[in-house]
Amino acid sequence: MTRITQKAARIVFFFSAAASAMAAALVFGFLLVFGFPLIGGGEFFSLLTRRWSPGQGLYGFLPMITGTAAISVLSIVFAFPLSLGTVCFMGGLGPAWISRLLDGFVRFMTGIPTVIYGFLGIFLLVPFVRTLFTSAGSGMCILSASLMLSLLVSPTMIIFFKDGFDSVDFRYIQAADALGADNVQRLIYVILPGAWPGIVTGVIMGLGRAMGDTLIALMIAGNAVHVPGSILDSTRTLTAHIALVSASDYESLAFKSIFACGLTLYVLNALAVIAVRRLGRKRGPV
Amino acid sequence: MSCKKNIMMVVLVVAVTFFQVPAQAGTIDPFSGLSGEIRISGGTAHIPVMKEAAKQIMSANPEISISIAGGGSGVGIKQVGEGIVDIGNSGRAPSDAEKEKYGLKLFKWAIDGVGVAVNPDNPVTSLTKAQLKDIYSGKITDWKGLGGKEAPITVYTRDESSGTREVFWKKALDKGDIVSSANFVVSNGAMKTAIANDPNAIGYVSVGHMDASVAGVALDGVSPTIDTVKSGEYTVARGLYSNTKGDPSGLTKLFIEYLLSPEGQQIVVQKGFVPVN
Repeated sequence: MTRITQKAARIVFFFSAAASAMAAALVFGFLLVFGFPLIGGGEFFSLLTRRWSPGQGLYGFLPMITGTAAISVLSIVFAFPLSLGTVCFMGGLGPAWISRLLDGFVRFMTGIPTVIYGFLGIFLLVPFVRTLFTSAGSGMCILSASLMLSLLVSPTMIIFFKDGFDSVDFRYIQAADALGADNVQRLIYVILPGAWPGIVTGVIMGLGRAMGDTLIALMIAGNAVHVPGSILDSTRTLTAHIALVSASDYESLAFKSIFACGLTLYVLNALAVIAVRRLGRKRGPV
Repeated sequence: MSCKKNIMMVVLVVAVTFFQVPAQAGTIDPFSGLSGEIRISGGTAHIPVMKEAAKQIMSANPEISISIAGGGSGVGIKQVGEGIVDIGNSGRAPSDAEKEKYGLKLFKWAIDGVGVAVNPDNPVTSLTKAQLKDIYSGKITDWKGLGGKEAPITVYTRDESSGTREVFWKKALDKGDIVSSANFVVSNGAMKTAIANDPNAIGYVSVGHMDASVAGVALDGVSPTIDTVKSGEYTVARGLYSNTKGDPSGLTKLFIEYLLSPEGQQIVVQKGFVPVN
């Protein structure tokens, strides 16, 4: 009897695992098939380097690729010290009751819908950026979007960092204590190196979230279709581009090109994951 | 697209449990005693009129529910063609290809101007067409030479699915270039918010949407107002259409008849558009 239930359970779990793995592959296949009219002619790579100007028959994503890269990387640059600082505080430097409070608050933050951040951005952050930097024009720019995005991704990063911190072998910590290490020394020499895999995963998840988010960029990055020259320039991300173009004439080449755009986003995301893992492996101890 | 739809979704639920509008002898009568749903999406310029018409109908007939979503003209045409909504609004006539593919019937119930707008604090109140084209193509980048204070111009435009954009591009810019650094917003409402918040903004909105939060700019000496659109003096104008898949029937038919009736046309006038009847 137990053998049968075990077998059944194994089959069920195998299928759910296979289904989720297949879903990712299917999405990729779907994008490939629908993007084929543009990819097939060997034009895919020229799409990556051209401008977007449907009036002139140009359907390139270069501005959107740079926009996505700039916004997501910058948001991680803002979010990383913030998250790591929070976790260090929670992981021994601060009093326990504040840590618990923070922990609950961070978990709550992960549930806030991104449209709320977008709204806050429009009414609070954008006017602030506009008055602070006169060259920011409308205030809708890479800086505004990435600041807001960093708020969105920090809770995710904090949770993964914290998992990393918690997974450090307690015996190492005890050993450090026995050697007379103070809080800071224990953190820097024992916990941080031990938590490294968790930190790398946190950055990957954060980066993925930042690259995949649509609404914040759509609402406060300005959506201009040019390669940004500074962080105060208005820019458009790949995701915002898909959202904007998917409403246009469904028979147009512009619409068909967004499948290739989705494919680009998919590949870019995968590359980012690989890059961060590589980087993490090189620096990682043990 | 679903994100966009979410932001712009304006679902109307008018609870009229306490009072019934006294029955007026008029075109709203055919709705009485009927129940059902009308789903509308598409052009964002149409929304004020749609909301008011829906309110009138639903106040008198609580059994009828009318949902109104935005999305832009392209979305309206696509969704009605695929049967997702009953009425797809567009600020441009559907192309021949679209009409043929989906078997669309179009009903034009108002004429709307597309006016250039700036922040109310901007002293610039008039531009020539040539200046406007230079601003949008990126040749003029500062308000100083145009009679404003020294500040960089921030150009706002709409996405490609916008009927408002299409008529502005065709009739005000003569299909000229729009500078790639222009900011994109996704509805007439979002355009107004952007211009109202940005002292250096220039953009364009449906004349029916103009209010105190933005300042209309005269183009070649003609202000974008309902009177100049009506007289034909202001030429950056287009029809507002409601499209159905095939001939409308049932509630959808009544709704379109209501828009074209004297009462419906009254709403059109009230919301700042030019009536067709």
